[in-house]
Amino acid sequence: MSEVIDTHAGHDDHEHHGPDKGLARWLFTTNHKDIGTLYLWFSFAMFLIGGCMALVIRAELFQPGMQFVYPEFFNQMTTNHGLIMVFGAVMPAFVGLANWLVPMMVGAPDMALPRMNNLSFWILPFAFGIMISTLFMEGGGPNFGWTFYAPLSTTYAPDSVTYFIFAVHMMGASSIMGSINIIATILNMRAPGMTLMKMPLFVWTWLITAYLLLAVMPVLAGAVTMMLFDIHFGTSFFNAAGGGDPVMFQHIFWFFGHPEVYIMILPAFGIVSQILPTFARKPLFGYDSMVYAVASIAFLSFIVWAHHMFTVGMPLAGQLFFMYATMLIAIPTGVKVFNWIATMWQGSMTFETPMLFSIAFVVLFTIGGFSGLMLAITPVDYQYHDTYFVVAHFHYVLVPGAIFSIIAAVYYWLPKWCGRVYDERLGKLHFWLSFIGVNVTFFPQHFSGLAGMPRRVPDYAMQFADFNMLSSIGAFIFGLSQVFFLYIVIKAIRSGQQATDRVWEGAHGLEWTLPSPAPYHSFTHPPKVTDAEAHS
Amino acid sequence: MNAQKQTRRTVMKLGMLVLGMSCFAWAMVPLYNLLCEITGLNGKTGGTYTYEPAKEVVDVSRSVQVNFLTNTNGNMPWEFWSEQGGVKVHPGQLHTVNFYVKNTTDRVMVGQAVPSLVPILATDYFHKTECFCFERQVLQPGETMEMPMRFIVDADLPGHVKSLNLSYALFDVSDFAEADLVKSADGKS
Repeated sequence: MSEVIDTHAGHDDHEHHGPDKGLARWLFTTNHKDIGTLYLWFSFAMFLIGGCMALVIRAELFQPGMQFVYPEFFNQMTTNHGLIMVFGAVMPAFVGLANWLVPMMVGAPDMALPRMNNLSFWILPFAFGIMISTLFMEGGGPNFGWTFYAPLSTTYAPDSVTYFIFAVHMMGASSIMGSINIIATILNMRAPGMTLMKMPLFVWTWLITAYLLLAVMPVLAGAVTMMLFDIHFGTSFFNAAGGGDPVMFQHIFWFFGHPEVYIMILPAFGIVSQILPTFARKPLFGYDSMVYAVASIAFLSFIVWAHHMFTVGMPLAGQLFFMYATMLIAIPTGVKVFNWIATMWQGSMTFETPMLFSIAFVVLFTIGGFSGLMLAITPVDYQYHDTYFVVAHFHYVLVPGAIFSIIAAVYYWLPKWCGRVYDERLGKLHFWLSFIGVNVTFFPQHFSGLAGMPRRVPDYAMQFADFNMLSSIGAFIFGLSQVFFLYIVIKAIRSGQQATDRVWEGAHGLEWTLPSPAPYHSFTHPPKVTDAEAHS
Repeated sequence: MNAQKQTRRTVMKLGMLVLGMSCFAWAMVPLYNLLCEITGLNGKTGGTYTYEPAKEVVDVSRSVQVNFLTNTNGNMPWEFWSEQGGVKVHPGQLHTVNFYVKNTTDRVMVGQAVPSLVPILATDYFHKTECFCFERQVLQPGETMEMPMRFIVDADLPGHVKSLNLSYALFDVSDFAEADLVKSADGKS
């Protein structure tokens, strides 16, 4: 296959030059490493913006009563915090990691569709530019919650909702193109000998995630298009007065929304499955079962959506089905958690920063999983629905879940990307600050939620004051420690120690056979896939 | 070239998947409505029912309590009430209940009532031969309208259902119903 590619006209001269100079390099690049870098910096910027919104929320909730912002603005903050973190921070960060790592892990010279790769990134800054600009418009930005339930997002929406709809369309287009690219790369560009069941788990999880994205992003696009029609063209998809049904919006939204939450966690599973074996110095326990578990979770994600809406009214049979189907997910997830523990069991473990974040991922994600099981129980969900317990649950799976895995991945692969090692002492400090911050922020929210504090409120009853103050203190610790993370990364890039090619003693995989930093063009000739570098 | 062809084929297949799922997203609307019709999920009752006295069997051995609820949605300023809060009927018997609306504003408005019935499994057994919810109401300023609703509870209603609750939400649809407004203005002049 390699000979065929190399004889392709124009490829040879492409191979010998490095990156362009200046801004043009980033605007017109088709290099998977450049685009990966763009995605990662973009998602970090969004992470900070979304984080600032979270801090506005936590500042307002520091004490009962209205302190800093108006309730209308508070609603815009909760909505945009959610949207930006989901679509702007977590998802692009994973796509960035896929861009950097998938070609290097499967021994490919680049992504399968490099030009489309450029396009799928450059759509994003415009999409988020449009969305964030609505905050400065008359009437304000989206204020209907990140789930944008109709008719709140149609009949009662601010005028700027049309910008929001257009931004969501653009994000969807970007995700679809990115996913097609990743699947095409994984299916067609693997080095000879890299069979599917030899692929690193990060590649496997991304392959499945990309399929999920392709399946549900069109549904999201359909949902916002129907909103657009209801708002501007007099249709009544979600308008009861015209024969529509607002509950249908929730069904369509969550048919997208539930696979979406797995889109945000499956690549995290992949990252942790790469890092734990490295620092336990043992191969991953139960590789095959890990692959099947991810596939099972992906399948189940399509048949559990209505557990987000037990309280809207559903036949008993429906409630039971969605309850049992949801609980079923605990089985493949449990397989994964046990496999991670078994990987560490009796390993020669060392606790470098990526390992610390990964172990914290396993522990804290499991806590989030357990509160998810509680929420899956229909009768008690009536009590928990729309309380801070739900907020605590999904922040436990997303912050110490998805975000911790992304941070772990940055620490783990940064030496390969830039050829320099971060300061281990600072990295560990960052970890402990984050770990303490995240738990102080979100653990008390379980209690305030169980005691009945509703979510998405700018003010609350006196009895929740202590838990909320604690939560706000934790949030500021966590937020500031992410600025510290930025400092650590910049310091590493500018003045870190030179990294070795292998970087970590126990690292296996094709990416570690490349020099550090990885050359601009790598694997222009397919590497030999040995048992030491691939799962065997 | 072979590799490129392979990639193109993969992209085509994935494009088909995206296209298929886009269609599915829109197909969810009729599918949802079909599901609602079968299960009664959103409590919607059926359209006009033809009453044939010869065919109806009145089950005098039991009676079912039917309760009526009237709500106005959002900022709808009309008054909306029923003459009775509830009525006991024998299954199979035709019954009439009067509902009333009053336009409390000083402008012409159009209203639309949307019904919802619980328990949802009873939606198939509740028939209406005449209902104001089948059409929009155009009311002049200050006008009051009497709206009869004629219904039959099907004799096949499962025995364990002792009571039905029929609620109506009245929506202000003046913005969507310019045609009705024009028609009403023509009728007056």
